[in-house]
Order: sequence, then C-alpha cells, then structure tokens
Amino acid sequence: MWRFLVRTVLQRCVLLFFISVISHMVIHLAPGAPTEVDPMNPRMKAADVVKIRKAFHLDEPLHQQYFHWARDLVTGELRSFKDGAPVLPRIWERFLNSVPLFLCSTLITWTLSFPLGIRAAVKRGAVFDRSTTVIAYALISVPSFFLSYLVILAVVRVFALPVLGMHTFGTQHAASWVRAMDGFWHLAVPSLLSALAGIAILSRYVRSQMVEVLGQDYVRTARAKGLAEDNVVYGHALRNALLPFVTMFGFLLPGLIGGSVIFEDIFAWPGLGRLGYEAILARDFPMILTLNFIAAVLTLLGVLVSDILYAVVDPRIRLE
Amino acid sequence: MTSASPTAPLEAELLDEPESPLRQAVRHFRRDRLSMAAFWVLGVQLLLALLGKFFTSGWVLFDPSTVRLVDKLRPPLSAASTELLRADQLPTFGLYLLGTDELGRCVFARMLQGAFVSLSIGILAVSISVTIGILLGGLAGYYGQRKLLFLSVDTLIMRFTDVVLCFPTFFLILTVVALLPPSIFNVMIVIGATSWMGTARFVRAEFLAQREQDYVVAAHALGLSELRIIFRHLVPNAMAPVFVSATIDVAVAILTESALSFLGFGVQPPDATWGNILADGRVYIFDAPWLFAVPGAAILTLVLAFNLVGEGLREAMSPKLRLRAS
Repeated sequence: MWRFLVRTVLQRCVLLFFISVISHMVIHLAPGAPTEVDPMNPRMKAADVVKIRKAFHLDEPLHQQYFHWARDLVTGELRSFKDGAPVLPRIWERFLNSVPLFLCSTLITWTLSFPLGIRAAVKRGAVFDRSTTVIAYALISVPSFFLSYLVILAVVRVFALPVLGMHTFGTQHAASWVRAMDGFWHLAVPSLLSALAGIAILSRYVRSQMVEVLGQDYVRTARAKGLAEDNVVYGHALRNALLPFVTMFGFLLPGLIGGSVIFEDIFAWPGLGRLGYEAILARDFPMILTLNFIAAVLTLLGVLVSDILYAVVDPRIRLE
Repeated sequence: MTSASPTAPLEAELLDEPESPLRQAVRHFRRDRLSMAAFWVLGVQLLLALLGKFFTSGWVLFDPSTVRLVDKLRPPLSAASTELLRADQLPTFGLYLLGTDELGRCVFARMLQGAFVSLSIGILAVSISVTIGILLGGLAGYYGQRKLLFLSVDTLIMRFTDVVLCFPTFFLILTVVALLPPSIFNVMIVIGATSWMGTARFVRAEFLAQREQDYVVAAHALGLSELRIIFRHLVPNAMAPVFVSATIDVAVAILTESALSFLGFGVQPPDATWGNILADGRVYIFDAPWLFAVPGAAILTLVLAFNLVGEGLREAMSPKLRLRAS
C-alpha cells in the first residue's frame, strides 16, 4: 500500500512536470503576445513594448521563462502580467467563491441522479423510464447558456428572485439572516442549472449499472428467497452497482476549474472559471499557466483518490 | 419457408446462413423507434444543410447577407416593406419566414447557411479527432512493444494521452482559440485536436484484442505487409466503437462551438453558424425572442438527434446490450 502510494505520487510528479512544460509551449508558441492585447493604444510606444517584454522576461529564451515561472510559483512570488498582483492569493480568493457553487451542484447531482436512475432501472421500459431517457438526452443536448437564459427569465418573472452575482448590491449591512437568504437564492439557480447536465449523465449511468446488476443470478436468488423487493433492490442490487461510482468521485475535482466557465460567466459568479477566462482575454500567461497547473494537479489527485477509494471499497482489489 | 407449420421458422433459422453481425445490428436499430425517429430527423437536417448551402451560395434563393435596415427585428412570417426596399433587396416570396435580425437580415436564410457550417464544423472536427485517435491508438496497439531508447512506444503514447487528459478540455480549447486568430478552421482544428483521447484508448484496446486473433495470424502467415494488415484488416474491425463514439462526439463538438460563440471566440461574422446566431440573439431576447428561440431549438434537435442515433447504434452494435434491451 505505502509502496504503491510513494510510486504513484512520484510518477504523477513526473507527469505534472511534462504537463507544465507542454502548457508552457502551447501558450508561448501560439501567436498573440501579452504586449499585443491593446494594439490601438496610442500611448504604447515601441520602447514601452521592449520595456514590458524585459520586465516580464518575455525576451528571454523559453526554457528560462519556464524556469522563472517555476521558481516564482514555488516561492509564491508569481505575479500577474495584467496588474502585477500576486497570483496565488488571487486564485485562493476565487477558489473560495467557486467551492460553494461546486459543492452545491455536486450535491444536487448525486442526490437526484440515484433515485431517478434506480427507478428507471426497476421500471425498465415503462413510461417513467422512457420519459426520463428522452428528458436526459434533451438536457445533454441543449446548449447550456440557452437553457440558463430561459430559466433566468422564468425565475425572475415568476418568483422575482435575484440570480446574478453572489450577493444583492447594498445588503452588506443587512441582518445576518437576510444576507444568508440572499446568498442562498443567488447560489440556488446557478448550482441547479450546472447540476442538470450532470444529473442527466449520471442518472443514465446509474440506470445502466442497475439494469446490469438486476439481471445477475444473486438478485434472482434474493428474490427467490422471498426477500421484500426494497431489500432486493437497495440491499443486494444497489450495493453492488455502487462500485464504479466510487471511481467517479475522483473525476469531479477538475470540474472546479474547467466545468464552470460558462455558468460563472452567465451568472456573473466570481469563481475560478471566470478568473481563467479573464486571464485568457488579457493574455495573462502566469495566471493561465498556474490555473492549468492547478487543474492538472486536481485531476491527478482525483485519479489517486479514486484508486485508493476503489481499493478501500472493493476487497478484491489490492494496490501493488 | 413455404409451409405454415410451426417448425418452419426454426428450420429456416437452421438452414439459412447465420445473420451477419452488421445485419443483426441494422435489424435491431430499426426496431428501436426512438433511434429511428432520431435517424430520420438527422437525415432531414443533413438534407436541409446541403440544400441550404445550395440555396444560399449556389443558386441564391435565400440571401443571408442582405442588410435591410428598414426591416430590423421583424417577427416571423412578417411581410417585407415592399415600398421602401429595392427589388434586389426583397426576400423571396416577400416574406421573412423566421423574421429578421438586428441588421434586417433574413433569419431563415442565415439558419440555412449556418446549418451547413455548424454541421461541417462538427463533422470535420470529429474527423480530425478520429484520425489522430486511430493513428496514435493504432501505433500504441500494434507497435506498442517496440522500444524507443528506454521507453516502449505504448508507454510513450499512452502517457502522452494521460497528459492531455489532465488538461481541462474546455479551458484548453479556450486558451488556444483565444490565442489563435479566429476562423472556422481554427475552431475545427482546436476542437478536433483536443478530443482524440477517447478514440485513441478505444482503438488501442481494440487493436490489442484483435492482434492475437486467428485472422491476423493468418494474414501474417500469408505474408501480407504490416500496413495492409493494419488498414485492411485491423482498422475496419476496430471501427464499430469508434463510429459510435464519433456520432456522439459530433454532438459534443456542435455544443462546444456554440459555447465558444457564447464567449465570443467562435466563428466570427459574417459567417453564420447556429452557435453564433444563438449567441448574438441573446442580446435581443426581450425585443426579438425568435432570434434566440429558433437557433436554440435547432441546435437542440440536431444535437439530440446525433445523441439518440449514437446511443441507438451503441445498443444495436453490442450484443450484450442488445440482449438486455430485448
């Protein structure tokens, strides 16, 4: 177990190094330099461009730029090209904003998908199964911002609820329960909408797993013993169908950054995805690289966590 | 087969040649009503896209680029203002079938033009990703044991796949698209170049399984060249899962294009795609809801059709799923 951990962590570190090198190359070899963001600015002279390039080490060879980035990242000195603010505190601040949205939508996804998927599997071929199938595919197929706009309109018209941003402007000095409710309503709509596609995918997956397990011999045996149907479905079938989902927990983590760009943009939510989007617009290389790096770390962590969870849940698997 | 005795079907089954897997799949697919409906919808949309290309650029029956500032934001089925427009500016039939946009361009014509562009973005992006996937997956699966310096080809390619999988895909696409000059081809290439990982894994697994089969050994024994074995024998046998996932990937690519358009990095005007008509229409959601609803509904049906057909194919092509469904 420990040997496995040490070895995978070392392997992952090597992988991380390659990831950072590749993302460095992608960013620096693609056209579009940070100095060209505002080419129409009349006050920007050639001498200024040279000065900026020098200040950001952009005139040095690529491997030295990489070295600068890595050193600054490790020492926490990394500064944004855009405003010179330190990168890591800014990411941390946005990360804290992203976490509630991420947690809420994950929670909604996982609590709704299982009942829906299980019921569809038990009632296979019935109206419920077929209608959830069509609805699930429709939810996967709709452009997320199209659906979001329609829902925003409906929520604002029908319930008169605030939906954009994290707080209503001017409530900083209101009573704490008012602020809590306000925060809750701001959180509810975006997390529900970003959960929808997840529910559609996950509930289909739960359904196919359950259908698979319900056809097994031991389920027939359980039925033959005369167990109550609930006991058969939840006690015998579901517990075995759950195994693959343990691994899926691990793949959730990277969604913190990549999955939220569109929703954070629609709902003006100051989270990590939006930070990345703004950084890309401003050609803010240190910010983009660091976010990419963090996303890769999260992905690898997720895979590691799911490997370990798998071994914990399934006694047949040994980590060697 | 002629008699109506109860044993006739059984005899027929025993006497006839066994049904080929492809025909079995087709038969099963045709029984699935939802997938068949989606298949017909998809067929109609492909036809519309081709006709649209013809009517908007070949024989210009519907002109997507005429700007008529007097007829801004007209609702669907409204008549053109004949007295204010020159004869060559009038839409065909003097009607705006799906209304006009903020520049008075006919939405119906733009949708027709966009259908072709959207579909070709989806299909070409997936062709790129499938090509890369087959090449890398095939290399890893067939020549995996070869050594390059101290690493095997398989390790090299699959670790590279892992590296690419670690990037959040949409963020990566956004980064590259934002840095490149925006054009239809860049959007296609970037979407294609960032979504080949699944295909590569499929193809590798399939190659590893097929390589040990008797027919490959026989082909070797006959002295066929490796290239011929790979492209004439292995690739066709590995194509079924690739084809299924490609169908679904087209749906994903079309959605990705619309999401890029929403963020302003998609295909730039004057080229129309369903994604950028939708993204531009959201500004007028109160004044001209059809500018938002029409492309939204169109994308929904197209992507839904691709998804349902892909899912139906998946079910029809894998015997295990087929048994479960029947």
